[in-house]
Amino acid sequence: MRFMMIVKATTDSEAGVMPSQELIDAMQKYNEELVKAGVLLAADGLQPSSNGIRISYPEPGGKPKVMDGPFTEAKELIAGYTLIEVKSREEAIEWALRMPDPHRYGQGEIEIRQVFEAEDLTENPESLAKDATLRKQIEEQKSRDFIPNTSNH
Amino acid sequence: MTLSQTHRTIDAIWRMESAKLIASLTRILRDVGLAEDLAQDALVISLERWPETGIPDNPGAWLMTTAKRRAIDLIRRMKLRDQKYVEIARSMDLYTEDDIDNILDGEIGDDLLRLIFMTSHPVLSQDARVALTLRLLCGLTTDEIARSFLVAESTISQRIVRAKRTLRAEKIPFELPTGEERKERLSGVLEVIYLMFNEGYSATSGDHWIRPLLCQEALRLGRVLAEVVQHDPEVHGLVALMEIQSSRLKTRVSPTGEPVLLMEQNRAQWDRLLIGRGLAALERSQKLGPPFGPYSLQAAITACHAQAPTVAETDWIRIAALYEALSRVTPSPIVELNRAVAISMAFGPSLGLQIVDELSTETSLKGYHLLPSVRGDLLVKLGLFDDARREFERAASMTRNDHEKELLLNRALKLRKGDTF
Repeated sequence: MRFMMIVKATTDSEAGVMPSQELIDAMQKYNEELVKAGVLLAADGLQPSSNGIRISYPEPGGKPKVMDGPFTEAKELIAGYTLIEVKSREEAIEWALRMPDPHRYGQGEIEIRQVFEAEDLTENPESLAKDATLRKQIEEQKSRDFIPNTSNH
Repeated sequence: MTLSQTHRTIDAIWRMESAKLIASLTRILRDVGLAEDLAQDALVISLERWPETGIPDNPGAWLMTTAKRRAIDLIRRMKLRDQKYVEIARSMDLYTEDDIDNILDGEIGDDLLRLIFMTSHPVLSQDARVALTLRLLCGLTTDEIARSFLVAESTISQRIVRAKRTLRAEKIPFELPTGEERKERLSGVLEVIYLMFNEGYSATSGDHWIRPLLCQEALRLGRVLAEVVQHDPEVHGLVALMEIQSSRLKTRVSPTGEPVLLMEQNRAQWDRLLIGRGLAALERSQKLGPPFGPYSLQAAITACHAQAPTVAETDWIRIAALYEALSRVTPSPIVELNRAVAISMAFGPSLGLQIVDELSTETSLKGYHLLPSVRGDLLVKLGLFDDARREFERAASMTRNDHEKELLLNRALKLRKGDTF
């Protein structure tokens, strides 16, 4: 299961104030832990919303409205994200709890959101029923996993 | 937090901590079975206590300390009364309790590596290596392993018990092999991980969520290994291969459950994030080589497909060359057959046909339906429809797979009608 740990923006992150060296070190150590555990997929920090653009569709079917940042309400903005692949929701929570407080002045906030997987989108009883027979078939194809135009899919 | 929530959280913590816990304890006790027992004891204690006290701030350290205390107790008892453990006790004489603290805080990566060298030791059968690795390094329960392999739980637990017994009986040391042995043993480790991955990759049935579990576990373990063994090109090659193959997991099966061949997959749905990770791992691997081993070469082949926006835009010349390199490193008729396909895509069907025809005397491919099936493909491209039809019919008679049989017979039928599809 994939989860995105979203670090919410703070007045500092929006003002472009760089985090303290201490926080940077702690974050780096944390990311290393994620890498060593084999769960980190991607992580990025975002520039303040003053450098952002917002596109909205105020009228159904109408033209998009393009607005330059900055945007207000820091808590509704995000300052960065970390994408992890874990086995359970609880594991995602555990990892998020180990992330250093991203702000340290009372504004730190991390939101955990699960990413949709293919199964969530294609789940239907018919395909599940076919699974059992399919496994047998694919078992037989195993030894020829390289054939590019026949298997290796 | 409700009781079941706490238990689920403890499960998650166990999964995150158990490998490190078992690796460190094995270092002290020199017995992986004992180490696992003590780690499990610590887990049981946490299951009793945490629902009341709440989960400690650093649950990993808590588990480690609890298990460590029991390990020290056990060593004392063993020293006092049990002569058969005299060997372990003697090795423990080297350490005072303070040292044990230091050992526990020592380089955990090396301990994990020692542990995986142990669980994938050649003294064990392949099945046992995979089961033991999933259990001790991935923290999977026997039930989860059993469900992944569609066998009874008792089969897996017996397999694991026997494996631990074998390791003890054969006195397999908890160590990092060096020199040539290290290379050989490392390739054994990679084999276990790739077996795990392939089991999951080819399994499209079973429990809904367990299906991708083996792939994910193999990939995760590969990533962990790549952090511990940073300078081996094959480790990064295997990670690259698994990342890129995983990028296609979603598109390998149609919504109605039919397998979708590589050439027909919707490339827009391939996971670009995993492809990017795979390409980065491949680059690391290639920077450390040459010579390139089988995993790096297979990863490079998969990367060619991953980077091609369409089948027609695939770099078949490069793929053909990579298959040739692969057939030198790991010669096999299957690799050769793949090379034939790549050659035909790159340089035309008649060159491919030559290779296929050379393979027709290969005894290991006798009864292998893909040989006539590939030959049929090439004959169609050469306009030899009657010959092609016979090959498809022959291939259909060889496969036991109904879906495939139907496809092949359909192709034969179309040729009979003079359809050139």
